[in-house]
Amino acid sequence: MRFNRTLALTLVTAALMTVYGCGKEEPKKAAEAPAAPPAAPETVVKIGHVGPTTGPQAHLGKDNENGARMAIDDANAKGIMIDGKKVKFELVAEDDQADPKQGVIVAQKLVDAKVAGVVGHLNSGTTIPASKLYSDAGIPQISPSATNPKYTLQGFKTAFRVMANDVQQGSVIGKEAVSTLGAKKIAIIDDKTAYGSGLAEETEKAAKAAGATIVAHEFTNDKATDFKAILTKIKAKRPDLIMYGGMDAQGGPMVKQMKELGIKAKFIAGDGVCSAEWPKLAGGAAEGEYCTQAGVPPEKMANAKDFVTRFTAKYGPIQVYAPYSYDATMTLIAAMQKANSTDPAKYLPELAKISYDGITAKVEFDEHGDTKNGAITLYTVKDGALVPMAMNVGGKTEKLSAAPAAPEAPAAPAAAAPAAAPDAMKSDATKADAMKSEAPAKK
Amino acid sequence: MSLAARRSGIPVHVWAGVALVAIALGVLPFVAALAGQAWVRILNFAMIYTMLALGLNIVVGFAGLLDLGYIAFYAVGAYTYALLASPQFGIHLPFWVILPIGASIACLFGVLLGTPTLKLRGDYLAIVTLGFGEIIRIFLNNLNAPLNFTNGPQGINLIDPFRIGGFSLASTETFFGISFSGPQKYYYMLLLLTIAVIFVNLRLQNSRLGRAWEAIREDEIAAKAMGINTRNVKLLAFAMGASFGGIAGAVFSATQQFISPESFGLFESIIVLAMVVLGGMGNIPGVILGAVLLTLLPEVLRYTMEPLQMALFGRVVIDAETIRLLVFGVALVAIMLFRPAGLWPSAVRKRELEVAKEEAAA
Amino acid sequence: METFLQQIINGLTLGSVYALVALGYTMVYGIIGLINFAHGEVVMIGAMVALSVITGLLGSHASLPAVVIILAGLFVAILVCVAIAYSMEKIAYRPLRSAPRLAPLITAIGMSIVLQNVALMVWGRNYRTFPTLITPTPHIIFGAAMTDLQMLIVVLAALLMGGLVLIVQRTRLGIAMRATAQNPQVAGLMGIDINVIISAAFVIGAALAAVAGLMVMAYYGIAHYYMGFLLGLKAFTAAVLGGIGNLAGAMLGGLLLGIIEALGAGYIGDVSNVCGLSSLSDALQQKCADNDGQVSLFGSNYQDVFAFFVLILVLIFRPSGLLGERVADRA
Repeated sequence: MRFNRTLALTLVTAALMTVYGCGKEEPKKAAEAPAAPPAAPETVVKIGHVGPTTGPQAHLGKDNENGARMAIDDANAKGIMIDGKKVKFELVAEDDQADPKQGVIVAQKLVDAKVAGVVGHLNSGTTIPASKLYSDAGIPQISPSATNPKYTLQGFKTAFRVMANDVQQGSVIGKEAVSTLGAKKIAIIDDKTAYGSGLAEETEKAAKAAGATIVAHEFTNDKATDFKAILTKIKAKRPDLIMYGGMDAQGGPMVKQMKELGIKAKFIAGDGVCSAEWPKLAGGAAEGEYCTQAGVPPEKMANAKDFVTRFTAKYGPIQVYAPYSYDATMTLIAAMQKANSTDPAKYLPELAKISYDGITAKVEFDEHGDTKNGAITLYTVKDGALVPMAMNVGGKTEKLSAAPAAPEAPAAPAAAAPAAAPDAMKSDATKADAMKSEAPAKK
Repeated sequence: MSLAARRSGIPVHVWAGVALVAIALGVLPFVAALAGQAWVRILNFAMIYTMLALGLNIVVGFAGLLDLGYIAFYAVGAYTYALLASPQFGIHLPFWVILPIGASIACLFGVLLGTPTLKLRGDYLAIVTLGFGEIIRIFLNNLNAPLNFTNGPQGINLIDPFRIGGFSLASTETFFGISFSGPQKYYYMLLLLTIAVIFVNLRLQNSRLGRAWEAIREDEIAAKAMGINTRNVKLLAFAMGASFGGIAGAVFSATQQFISPESFGLFESIIVLAMVVLGGMGNIPGVILGAVLLTLLPEVLRYTMEPLQMALFGRVVIDAETIRLLVFGVALVAIMLFRPAGLWPSAVRKRELEVAKEEAAA
Repeated sequence: METFLQQIINGLTLGSVYALVALGYTMVYGIIGLINFAHGEVVMIGAMVALSVITGLLGSHASLPAVVIILAGLFVAILVCVAIAYSMEKIAYRPLRSAPRLAPLITAIGMSIVLQNVALMVWGRNYRTFPTLITPTPHIIFGAAMTDLQMLIVVLAALLMGGLVLIVQRTRLGIAMRATAQNPQVAGLMGIDINVIISAAFVIGAALAAVAGLMVMAYYGIAHYYMGFLLGLKAFTAAVLGGIGNLAGAMLGGLLLGIIEALGAGYIGDVSNVCGLSSLSDALQQKCADNDGQVSLFGSNYQDVFAFFVLILVLIFRPSGLLGERVADRA
C-alpha cells in the first residue's frame, strides 16, 4: 500500500509540473498574439493557409502555400480598399503534416487567430475534419486541392473548393479515354489514397459507361517507386490504355517503367500527375502521354498570362496545385471586395455567388460549394511540356489545336458558355444564395 | 511515515495535495483557452496519448516485449467506434455501450497478435509487431472492395460525438454563466477516463499479475521456474495493453468525428514507443510525463520557433516547420543521451543501470 | 511463363537493392545488437549527395564521360555517408552502449528525424530528377525485358556482397569483427579495439548504403528527402527475414523479399479470385459477370500484407529467421 501512495504522490507532482509548464506558456502566447502592427491607417486582414509542409507531401504543401502567398502579395500590391480603409492582407501559414489530427489542431489555431478566411487544406483527409471547425466558427474555407466529394456534401455553408471533385474529373477522364483517345481495353492503377482511388473509381465507371472494358485494376501506394510487378501483370492483359489515379512523383517513374517493360499502351492520369514536373520525373518517357487538369488552359484566361513566369521566378517550378491555391486566395479577396467587408458573416453570401476570373478558370460555386460546370482540359506531353489538346465543358468535348493561336481564345464558345452567361445562371445563383444566407443568420 | 498516520489512512497533506491538483486540472482548460482553444485540443490529445502510452507501457515497460505495431489496437478501437456510431451502417449506439465493445475487440486483436509471437524474442518480436500494425492499416485501407466495410482510404465521416441524453460534447454550451466550448467539455470527459486508466494501471502494476510481468521482463526462464505460466501472462500483457489502446482509439474517433487509415501509420507507433521509453519505461508517472511532453513539445515549437528566430537573428533563418521537427529529433537524441533510462525511471531500473555502469567501469 | 520470368527479374532487381541496404542493418546488429533506424536515411543522403555532384559536374564539365561523372558522384557520396555514419555512431550510439536496450533505439529514431529534416533544408522539398546519363535499353530474354541498368544493379550488388563476405571471412578486420560479435569483452581482452571495430561496421554499412542510394536513384530516376524511411524499413524486414546479424541471411532475405513482393503483386489477385466459386451464390455470379470474371478478395493492394505474412510465417517456424542462429536475448 505504501508503494502505491508514493506513486500517487509522484503522479501528483507530475501533474503539477505539467500544469506549471503550461501555465508558464501563457504569457508568451498572449504577448505573441497582438504581434500585428499597431494602429496603422490600414487594417490587417489575416488569411489562413494549411498544407503539409513537412513529411512526404511537403513539396505539394509548400507549393500551395507559395501560391497563396503570391496571391496575398499581389493583392497587397494593388492596394485594395474595403469599407473605406486600405487593407493589408497577411498570410497565416500552418503545417498539418497531412495528419488529420494535426489538421484539427491547426484549424483551431486559425480559428483562434480569427482569420477572415482559410485556403486549404491540401488533403481531403485533413480538409474534412477541419471543415467542421471552420463551419462552427463561420469562417469560409476554400480548398485548392481536396477532391473527395464528401467534403462539400457535409452541409457546411463555409466549405468551397476551386478544384474539380473526383466525380467531375473522373467522369471526364473515363469519357475522353474512350472517345478522344479511342481506348477499348483499359487498365487502371490507383495509389489507394482518398484522392487516387476516388478518381480511379469514377474513371472506371465512366469508361465502362462509354463502352470500354476494364481489363485490370491494380494498386500501389503513395510512397512507392517500383511499379514493375503490377505493370508486368497488366502487360499480360494487353490493354490499350493505362489510367493512373495518384500523384506525379509516382506517375513519372511509372511511365518510365512502362517503357522499360515494353508496354505499348497509352497512359493517362488526373491533375495530381498533370504538373510541369511530370515529364521531368518521367525522364523523358512521358512524351506523347496524357493527363487532365481542372480548369481551362492558361492561354484562355486573361489573368493567367504571366502567372507561371512570375511564380517560377519567385518560388521555383510549380509542383501541382499552386495556381488553384492562388485562385482560392484571390476568390476570397474578391468576395470581400464585393461585400465591402472582411467580416466572414458578411462576405460569405457574396462568396457563394461569386463569379471571379481566376487563372485556372472562372470561379463559380454550385449550391454545395463545388466548382460549377468545371471545365476540364486534356493535356498531352510534347517536347517535355504540357500542351492542351481538348477541353471538356459540361460533358461536351472541344478539340483544341496543339498550338493555339492567341486571338482564338476569346472566341472559344464552349469555354465562355457556362462562365460568361451570368444572367442565365442567376436563377441558380440566387437559389444558392438563399440557401447560404441562412448560415450567417444562425451564427 | 508514522504509525499513527498509517492507521488513520491518508494524511491531511496528501489530501490537500490531491485537492490542489484536482483544482488545477479543473481550471486548466480555461487557463489554456486564454492562449486559444487550440491549446485545449492539444491538452486533449495529450490525454489520448497518455492512455496510449500507458497501454503500451504494459507490454513494453512491464512485460518487456518490444511492440512496434501498437497503433493497430488504437486503429481497431477507433474503427469500432466509427462503425457503430456513424451513418456508415446506420448504427448509432451510445458511447458507453461502444467503449467496452471497442476495448474487447482490441483485446481480441491483442491475443491474436500475441498467440503466434509467443516464441519470438527481442527484435524478431519487434518486426512481427511492426508487420502486424501495417497489416491492420492496409486492411482498413482496403476493406472497401469487394464489400464495403471501412470506406477504404476515403475514411468514415460524420461520426457521432459523445452524447449523454440530449447533451452533446461537441457543441458550445453555457452553464452557470460560464461558456464551455466543445473541446473543453471533451477535456473533462477525457480527464475522467485518463484518471480511470491511470488508476487501473497503478493497481495492475502492484498486483500479482504486475509482478509476474516484471519477473518475465527480468528473466523469462527464471520466471517459468518460479511457476509463472509465462504463456498466459504474456498474452494477458498483450490483451490488456491492447484494450487501453482500443479505448483511446474510440475516444479519438469521437473527438475527431472523422477517421481515415492515414492516422494509424507506423510513425505513430514509433512516437508512442518514444513516449514510453523517453518518459521512463515501466514507471507510470514517467510514462505520463513522456506522453505529455512529446505531445506538447512539437506544438510549443510550432508557436515559438518563428518568434524565437526573429528575436535572435532578426529574421526567419529556417522556416518554422522544418526547424520544429529538427529540434524535436535533436531533443529525442539529447534526452536519451543525458538520461538513458528515461526522464523519470522507476527505482528498480535506476538501480539496475547504476550497477550496469559500475560493471562496465570495472 | 514470360510474365513469371519478368516478375522474377523485377523482384531480383528490387531485392538486390534491399539486400545491399539490409547488409548495413545486419552488420551493426550483429556486432552491437542495435537496430540502426537511421540507416535508411543514410541511403537517402547518399542518393542526394550523388545527385548534387552529378548534376553539378554535368553543368560545369559536361564534356567528361558519363562513367567518370557517375564515379565522382559515387565517391563523394561514399565519403559523406561514411562521415555521417561515423559521427552518428560516436555521438548518438556509443555513449549508450551500456544503457537499457531501447535507449539507442530512440536516439536512432531521433537521428532519423534529424537527418531527414537536414536533407529537407539542403535539398528542398521537391522531388529531384536524376539526369538520364545512360538511356536504359531493354534487352529481351525469353520474352522478358531487362534493362542494362538492371543487369548492372544485380551484378554490382552481387560483387559488393561477395567482397564483403571475403572481408569478413578472410581479413584480420573480419576476424576481429566476428570475435567482437561473439563476445565483446573477451575480444577486448584479446587486444581488439572494440570501438574501432564497431566504427568499421558502421562505415562499411554506410559505404554500401551510398552505393545503394545511387542505384535506387539511377534506377527510378527520382530522389526525395523522404525516400529513405520506407526503403530502410523494407531492408530491415529483409534482414530479419534472413536472420538478423547474419550476412548471408541479409542477402538471402533481401532477394527473397524482392521476389515475394513482385510475385505477391503479380499473382495474389488471380489466386484469390472467387469467381471459380461463382456457382455458390447468384449475387457473386452477377458480380463476376459484371467484372469480366475477376472478383478478387485480395489484389495487389495487399502486396505488403503478403510480404509481412510470409515473414510472420517464417518466424513462427524459424524464430530466428531463415539463416539466423538461436541467439540469447539481449533484453
